[in-house]
Order: sequence, then C-alpha cells, then structure tokens
Amino acid sequence: MRPVIQVSGVRKTYGPTVAVDEVSFEVNDGEIFGLIGPNGAGKTTTMECIEGLRTPDRGTISVLGLDPFRHVYKLQERIGVQLQQAQLQKRIKVWEAVDLWASLYRKKAIDGERLLEQLGLTEKRDAWFMNLSGGQKQRLFIALALINDPEVVFLDELTTGLDPQSRRAIWDLVRGIRERGKTVFLTTHLMEEAERLCDRVAIIEHGRIIDIDRPERLVDRHCPERSVVLATDDPIAEERFRAIPGVEAVICTDLRFTIRGRGDDLVTEVIHCLSENRIRVTDFRTILPNLEDVFLKLTGHSIRE
Amino acid sequence: MMLRGLWKLTWIEIKIFLREPLGAFGTIGFPVLVFLVLGRVASRRLAPPSLAASSFVRVGLPVLASLLISISAVLSLVTIISIYREGGILKRLRATPLRPQTILTAQVIVKLILTAATLALMVLAGKRYYPVGVHAPLFSFTIALLISTWSILSIGFLIASIVPTARFAQPIGAIILYPMIAVSGLFVPVESLPPVLHAVARVLPLTYAVLLLQGIWNGDAWSAHVGDVAALAVVFVVCTALSAKVFRWE
Repeated sequence: MRPVIQVSGVRKTYGPTVAVDEVSFEVNDGEIFGLIGPNGAGKTTTMECIEGLRTPDRGTISVLGLDPFRHVYKLQERIGVQLQQAQLQKRIKVWEAVDLWASLYRKKAIDGERLLEQLGLTEKRDAWFMNLSGGQKQRLFIALALINDPEVVFLDELTTGLDPQSRRAIWDLVRGIRERGKTVFLTTHLMEEAERLCDRVAIIEHGRIIDIDRPERLVDRHCPERSVVLATDDPIAEERFRAIPGVEAVICTDLRFTIRGRGDDLVTEVIHCLSENRIRVTDFRTILPNLEDVFLKLTGHSIRE
Repeated sequence: MMLRGLWKLTWIEIKIFLREPLGAFGTIGFPVLVFLVLGRVASRRLAPPSLAASSFVRVGLPVLASLLISISAVLSLVTIISIYREGGILKRLRATPLRPQTILTAQVIVKLILTAATLALMVLAGKRYYPVGVHAPLFSFTIALLISTWSILSIGFLIASIVPTARFAQPIGAIILYPMIAVSGLFVPVESLPPVLHAVARVLPLTYAVLLLQGIWNGDAWSAHVGDVAALAVVFVVCTALSAKVFRWE
C-alpha cells in the first residue's frame, strides 16, 4: 500500500518552545490513524502542518503526493478538515453552512441534504449554529469535512467535551468514513477512543513520537503482563497455580487468587491447569493492559496528568 | 469557482448580519437618527437660521451623518473580524480552497452594501422629516461615500489586527476613528487648526473623505477632487499592504 501521508523530520517551534521535534511517520491508504498524547504534546501542531495551515521550520511533508505548503489550495480540494474548538457564525443555519461549503470546492460536492440525513441533522437544518448542542455541532463539522468527498479526512479532538453516548455515535460515523474508502487521520487524548477506533496509533509526547503501531501490538510490546483473577476454595490450588509455566506471582487474599504472568498464553495455561486438576472456581476474569498502561509505561505518567 | 464562493459567502454574511438584533439597528439606525435629530434641533434653535447654521444643516450634517454611516460600517467590520478570529471561524474558512483575500473581500462587499443601504434610508427619511430641502447629486455622492468607506475599511483591517480580543474591538475602533472626525475639517476648516493638528489632519483619510463628500454634495465635478480620491486610494494601498503583513488569522 502506498502511504497517503508521509511526514519526515518535521520540527516546529513557537519562540523558545519546541512544539514538534523530529516527527516522522506514514499514514496508509484507507486506515484510521491516530496521533495520541496529552494536551500540549504537539498533536494539533503536527496535524495543522499536514493540513497546510502551518509551515514547519524543518522537515518534509507529502499528502496525496502534494506539498501542503506549496500546493495548499490544490490540497484543500482533496482533503476534509475538522479543527479543534472551531466555531461557525453564530446565526448561520445548518443548511446554509453546508451549502456555503459545497460552493467552495471546484469539484462537484456530494448531496448536502443526504449528508445531513446520514449525520442525523435533517431536523436541525434550519437551526442556527449557536442553538446546536455540542454533539450536533461536531456532526455538522463532520458534514463540512465530508462535503467535498475528500480522500483524506482530518479530525482533531473530535469527541472532546461530548457525553459518552454522543461519543459512541461519532465513533460509528468515523468508522463509516473508513468504510467508504477514505483515510482518516485523527488526534485524541482519549485512550479508549484510540483503542476502539484506530487501526494504528502514534504516541506523541513533548513533541516527539515515542512509538507507532497497531494498538494491540503496542500493548503486547510494552505491557506483556497479564493477570487472571479467580476465586476458589480448593486447598491445592495455590500450589498448582505456581507450577503453571510463565507465572511470575500468585497472590492470595480471602480465597481470591491473582495470577500474574507474561504473554498471551497465560490465560490458556491457567484454564488448562484448572481443568486438568478439576479445580472448581466461582469467579474468573482476566485483567489485560491497555493503551493507557502503555502510555504510563512509556512516559512514566498518566495521560490525564 | 472562486466567484461562486465569494457570492455565497457575501450573501450569507448579509443574512447573518440582518439576524443580529442589535447590530443591524445600531449600524443602520444610529447615523440616520443623528442626521434627523440634529437637523431638527439645529434649525429650531437658530430661528431665524443664520447663514452658517443653514449651511451646516444643508451640507455639514449630511456629510457628518454619511461619515457616521461609514465609520459604523468599519466598526462593525472590526468587531466581526475579531469575533471570527476569536471563534476560529476565519481559521475554519482558511481550511478550504477559499483564498484568504476572498474571505476578507466578502466582508468588505457586505459593508459597502450596508453603507449604500443606510445612505438610501437616510435620504428617504430626509425627504420626509428633514427641515432643509436638499438638492445634491445623490448618485455621485453615493459613489463618493463608497470610495471613502472602502478606504477607511482598510484602516479597519489594521485595527482588527491590533485588537487583543473581540471584547475590545468596538471601543478601540471607536477611540481611533471618532476623533478623526473632529480634525477632518467638517467643523473647523483644516487650515485654521493649530500646526500640529493640521499636520495630523493632512495624513488622516477622513480629511480627504470630508473634502470629497462636501465637494460632491455641493455639486462639484469629479475632476475637482481627483487629489482627494488619490489620497484615499493611497490610504487604501498602504493600509492593505500593512495589514497583509500584520493581520492575524487566529
């Protein structure tokens, strides 16, 4: 697959502050790629350099084979952008915004009314922007980002400030964008969002990319620890658990055991051990690390701090 | 293609402006009200009207009211630009194939249309309620006012570049623009101002706007005011070039 976005050695400073430093990565055709990190890590700056809204001090960027700085208008024709914390005119109506945006592109825009319908905004088509809820505003911004039938869609902190229900609805919309064959580049500081939505993620902190991969591979690589928690009153259990290959620790409190080990095989081995020794359990669950743990491990602090 | 976007943006901006409850009244109503009220007061106080007073009501006041129209439009531009910048609307519009100058041109067109509409309203209201019959070449005067406004709008862009937040846009703009009227030669001839103020007046665009508007109102030919129009054009070019350098989009 040819990369749709190629970023290499990009650096951007604001006065003495280095916002982005030596950032390099590629985004493939048709994938949802996430740039994840805490606020102020350089996500938005990186994204806006790729969109042609900012000029990097150093490094090269290519989007759909175009240089975002030199071919900014040509590029804008082919990409769709949703900006963080953007607003529209307070008293612009929903359909007017869609109609205006449709008129800005050389290529024939897609059917605005259908787009509004797909995004659940038909009832609000005559409403002023200022009277929309947070979720409705975000859906309108998605509509504006899609109106020119773009090849790459950029979404910056799309679900920040939304309630969990709206957030899930928006995730479905983003998956829908990928199903239509578009490439999606998004930023988020929500690890759950990245985990559920992204095919690949790049973790960025202090303007530098720490690692890039599929979320589950990042977890495997950096947090191979697995834990099984189970409850049993079988007196031989503890001894048997300690004998399981790959087990590093068995902690017992009040007949509840926490079995810690490494690798995907741990859970299978525990189940195998239970059935072989006919150990009766009244509870069984696994604790698997997630991107949140990966971030903690790589940076030494939680993403929320 | 760009024309289509420019036209759509202009039309939507006009509609949005008219939906603004205070904005439309303040910008359109205020200059018309000043024109009518001052006209009536001035002609009643000075009965029988002296020659000077009658000349002020006949020429000075219409020109003053027209300048107020123009300045209202510029203040409204400054406010809108700073609100659009603060809310990220300018940035969002830039993330499209729309050229930056097209975005700003749309705003200028809206303000020029607004200026012409307010002037028309003033003339209509004047025909009914104004104490002194006025016979001025209205078409030429409208053109003169649009040229003046166009020039002062470029100062608006400069002001919009320096105001820190949208909250300060209106007051800062007013502090810069309204005093210009005082030394513009409308009340006291520029020649009789103290030397320092005289020098200041000569570099301010409003001085040339007043010369042009008064002249055209009195029936002068355009050829007599080539210099004033040229001065206004110079102001436009200089301010546009400056604001292209210092204008902030976000």
